Amino acid sequence: MLNNLKILFHQGKQYIPDVTTAKVPGIFRGRPVISPEPADGQRLADVCPTGAISVNPVCIDLGKCTFCGECALMFPEKIRFTTDYKISVTERDQLVVKEGADQPLVIDPDKVRKEIRKIFGHSLKFRQVSAGGDNSCEWELNACGNVNFDMGRFGIEFVASPRHADGIVITGPITENMAEPLQICYDAVPAPKIIILAGTDAISGGIFAGSPALDRRFIEKYPIDLFVPGNPVHPLSFINGVLSLMGRKPPVKPQ
Amino acid sequence: MKYITIHNNQAVPVSEIPESDYEAFLELNAGFVQQSVERHCVSYFGYVSGAGVKLVCCIADDQSHEIYVSSSLVQTDKKLPSFTARHTCFEKFERELHENFGISYSDHPWMKPVRYAHDRYDKGDTIGDYPFYSIESEELHEVGVGPIHAGVIEPGHFRFICNGEKILHLEIQLGYQHRGIEKLFVEKKPLAQLATLAENIAGDTAVGHSVAFAQLWECLSGFETSRDVDYARTIALELERIAIHTGDLSAVCTDIAYQLGSSVFGRLRTPIINFMQEWCGNRLSKGLIRPGRNKYPFTQALAGRLTEVLDRFEPDFIEMNRELFLLPSALSRFERTGVVTAEDASAIGAVGMAARASGLSRDIRKSHPHALYPELGHEPVVKRHGDVYSRVQVRKEEVYQSVAYLRKLLEDIPGNAEKETLQSPGRDLFALSLVEGWRGEICHCAVTGPDGSLKVYKVKDPSFHNWMALALAVRNNEISDFPICNKSFNLSYCGHDL
Repeated sequence: MLNNLKILFHQGKQYIPDVTTAKVPGIFRGRPVISPEPADGQRLADVCPTGAISVNPVCIDLGKCTFCGECALMFPEKIRFTTDYKISVTERDQLVVKEGADQPLVIDPDKVRKEIRKIFGHSLKFRQVSAGGDNSCEWELNACGNVNFDMGRFGIEFVASPRHADGIVITGPITENMAEPLQICYDAVPAPKIIILAGTDAISGGIFAGSPALDRRFIEKYPIDLFVPGNPVHPLSFINGVLSLMGRKPPVKPQ
Repeated sequence: MKYITIHNNQAVPVSEIPESDYEAFLELNAGFVQQSVERHCVSYFGYVSGAGVKLVCCIADDQSHEIYVSSSLVQTDKKLPSFTARHTCFEKFERELHENFGISYSDHPWMKPVRYAHDRYDKGDTIGDYPFYSIESEELHEVGVGPIHAGVIEPGHFRFICNGEKILHLEIQLGYQHRGIEKLFVEKKPLAQLATLAENIAGDTAVGHSVAFAQLWECLSGFETSRDVDYARTIALELERIAIHTGDLSAVCTDIAYQLGSSVFGRLRTPIINFMQEWCGNRLSKGLIRPGRNKYPFTQALAGRLTEVLDRFEPDFIEMNRELFLLPSALSRFERTGVVTAEDASAIGAVGMAARASGLSRDIRKSHPHALYPELGHEPVVKRHGDVYSRVQVRKEEVYQSVAYLRKLLEDIPGNAEKETLQSPGRDLFALSLVEGWRGEICHCAVTGPDGSLKVYKVKDPSFHNWMALALAVRNNEISDFPICNKSFNLSYCGHDL
């Protein structure tokens, strides 16, 4: 018993008191900023492994970006990744960051389906479906619930059955072999229900886009409520995205 | 000579791989593994060549540090005698050859689909039609789990045949994660795309797979890595091992409802992966490893930070372990649960930490060392019992070992070498790269075409062998012990399904 208490004491305080303002360590690559500096557009676009960069004007599609940072290394004057992890949005085209733009990505409350805030404003349970995910986004979604990020304090949790869920969080590019199980899972969630795409693979197929082994028809069939970019998604991107979707400001605990 | 001897990370002209008739090819390779437990099959794959299928078999000898490569050209219209009838470790490779090319075998005991690959030979067969083994009995019942599981994990289907609470048989059906990776390696041309693909094979082993790809690409291109590149890769591989082993200790504690262990190990993983983010901007080290260059050099400042992280990690990790390994309620769940005997492990060709927990000293860091492993003088952590306890112990001790290696490496940080240009791969070459990821041996093989582009790319994750170890481990265990057995291995679905 004493040993257990000692161990507990030695851990110190591990939780992040305010997930909306927490700083991430190191050179985290979040929302990019593209300067108006002239650059060789074609060479810039060719650097990107997933075709996320388009030219005239230069734009980066965060739905395709793998956040490898190659473009920023090769063209440091042109592209810079900020540590802003609040990159979740409700509209697919909001993910296209344009040259010169340096505003935070925000969720417009009018663009959120009415029932989401009305019904799910205080508690939200998700079923997670990995449909060809590489276990990196799954890892980070698990981390959302650990003692550091502690998403459970906001009433947001992953549950074991679609019957208990208010929506699904999809990771992975959606393989042909997972298309049917995904549909069955979605159908089993009681309406009204939410769909969140977590990670670049889920949003656009990522590096797997165009592979014949995928079947992404599910995504075309239903409205998507939240896009959370990342490769993998950072827990803070996910938690902040869901909190804004719910229209919640997390209570700030005294330090 | 019916085979050619190569070493890890060596490229040879494809034409130098001797081609024998199938019977001689079978005798040779089955003979290799039957003669010595120190030899196992690291890759056995095929590719279409003219009207037939060219089979290439690579057997690694852990004692002589050599790899024996041989080949045979076969036609798919007649049944072949199987390697599997001679040694079980070839079982899955032959199922894969059957699934991809329609090669049929006269005496393969378990000819079932592997992953329902998109480009499989028989497209009429779909993943919903998997032929599960069943037993007619009024005493027995079946339990189906998946493909979607209760936790936030990847999909796969488990079918248990139980006698009361006891598991008689488990069949694991995979393939749900198949993204067509091997084909994409051949179709995609720019190196940036290939490297990105490699690190997305299995996101929890981003370093392991991308090092295997980078080494393979470099040996195909005749590129000599400088010390700083090897240094960064060795550090990254060991950090990945520490992070995942620690996370898995947390998961094992969760599955025995030991909250303290679950939380403490869970939080101890965080500083390690956050350090990866400080180094390369990604908690899972994506974007760090690239062929032919040191994308994020390991600086003196990073070394200082890592020392700090390790200094704080180690005492807490040791303290938690001391408590866990003396806790009777935890030990009673670990000991004699999920046993894989050394005999079974060797029969199925188990690799990595799962094999080491069963008494097989299989570790690429010692047997076919690459990067800076030769100078670390690695000695594998080997346990004898093959149960959950042994696997948990291996993880714990490997973390200690990795921390010690990192400390040793941190004593002498190499400066950045002059940049050499990476040429494109040579023509008509074959190369093989082995890396000891945290799960075990990762094998990437490639064949280049007459224009130097990839013609065949073959990926083998350690899970390819080890899923069978899990299926064997749970036999005669309570079905309620399945989660800890599963977590003690923590195998990859996507690495298997590709």
